[in-house]
Amino acid sequence: MAKLPVQFRLNGSERAGFVDPAGNLLDLLRRGLGDFGPKYGCGQGTCGVCTVLVDSEPQLSCLTLAISCEGKQIETASGMADGPNLHPLQQAFMDNFAAQCGFCTPGMLTAARALLTKNPNPTRDEVVEAISGNICRCTGYEPIIAAILAAAAGGAGMRRA
Amino acid sequence: MLDVRSCATLSEAAGILSGDRQALLIAGGTLVMRDVNEGRLTEGTLLRVTDPAFRQVNAGGARVEIGAGVTMAAVLANRDLAYLHAAARAIGGPAIRTMATIGGNLFAETPYGDFTVALLALGAEVVVQAGYGSGRAVPLEDFLAGRERGGAGQAQGLVTAVQFTRPQNPSDFLFRKISRVKPKGISVLSIAAHLPASGGRLVQPRVAYGAMAPVPMRARGVERVLDGKPLDQAAIQAAKQAALEGTRPATDAIASDWYRREILPVHLGRLLAGEPR
Repeated sequence: MAKLPVQFRLNGSERAGFVDPAGNLLDLLRRGLGDFGPKYGCGQGTCGVCTVLVDSEPQLSCLTLAISCEGKQIETASGMADGPNLHPLQQAFMDNFAAQCGFCTPGMLTAARALLTKNPNPTRDEVVEAISGNICRCTGYEPIIAAILAAAAGGAGMRRA
Repeated sequence: MLDVRSCATLSEAAGILSGDRQALLIAGGTLVMRDVNEGRLTEGTLLRVTDPAFRQVNAGGARVEIGAGVTMAAVLANRDLAYLHAAARAIGGPAIRTMATIGGNLFAETPYGDFTVALLALGAEVVVQAGYGSGRAVPLEDFLAGRERGGAGQAQGLVTAVQFTRPQNPSDFLFRKISRVKPKGISVLSIAAHLPASGGRLVQPRVAYGAMAPVPMRARGVERVLDGKPLDQAAIQAAKQAALEGTRPATDAIASDWYRREILPVHLGRLLAGEPR
């Protein structure tokens, strides 16, 4: 069966690729476009490591039909830093030792970015809820929660979330 | 190989679904794409519905209609549906809720499908459109019975919407999901209850369970002992004693059938008494 073209903005740049009709967005991002930020974890919507923003809303790219993203704005963790300057959330993750193996980190950052865009001053409970679809098997979550709260306190939500 | 086809109207999608056994609707993708990713679904046609009617909500009047393509996030953003927010929030994390739809939840296999439990307690009807005709409303309970008989519940046509009568008093509607992982986990079980009262006595209460049978079920024994009674300690005790009537829970990775039976009366009692978990 013929592959289908799909075009969208990825982290601010116009990108296009060809996909199997039922191909998922994650495959296109990683294999087609070389964006290795989002990861393939469970493939079932359980782990959250493939989380990306589609028109500013968090979605699981492994469960998203690539062709449904035609004309949309896709943002991944790879687009958060501005050259050598880390996004405040990334900096807060470093400062708070919020990554150990790092596999969950792109999904955590993206989920946190979605939260701070809508809610620049979240409570701890709101942070916990925002990352409730993302699994981390290393940190016990506390450093991640602390990092997101620290980023919010530093104005990450207002500046560049 | 899998093909994907976009349908501009509900009728077009319903016509294809009725005529092609290998056609499958995809809305949010949280169920269908799992099967694609795991290689369980490799042949046929996935249908996408772009008709705006599929995502429409009419919640302001006495009769509520929610399009099958409405997401959990859209339910949470709708103030007129505040009584359903606890049930919508029980579905996954924020990313899942951006994607997962009301219609998809009707097909989620146990122990998933918690939103459907809430709809069952509200006495919802499912609008099913077969072929190119107009949709017909089917009681959710009958729809679920059909799903249990027919496996995945396909070949019934296209589910276009759910309808129900809005609770006159939103505080009469209660929902609770019990999971081991906090704040979010897969259901050990879920309970929804619509408890309208008149003159201090319950009138035709409806109680539903998730994960206590192969599909969400009515707790008819509980409804029977509560009907016409004030919601006092005696009624709650009677409800707890009747809680297990008709239940057929499974043993799965989340809980054993024994455990589900053990904790159901406890959580039902707490829900009815307005106690925290």
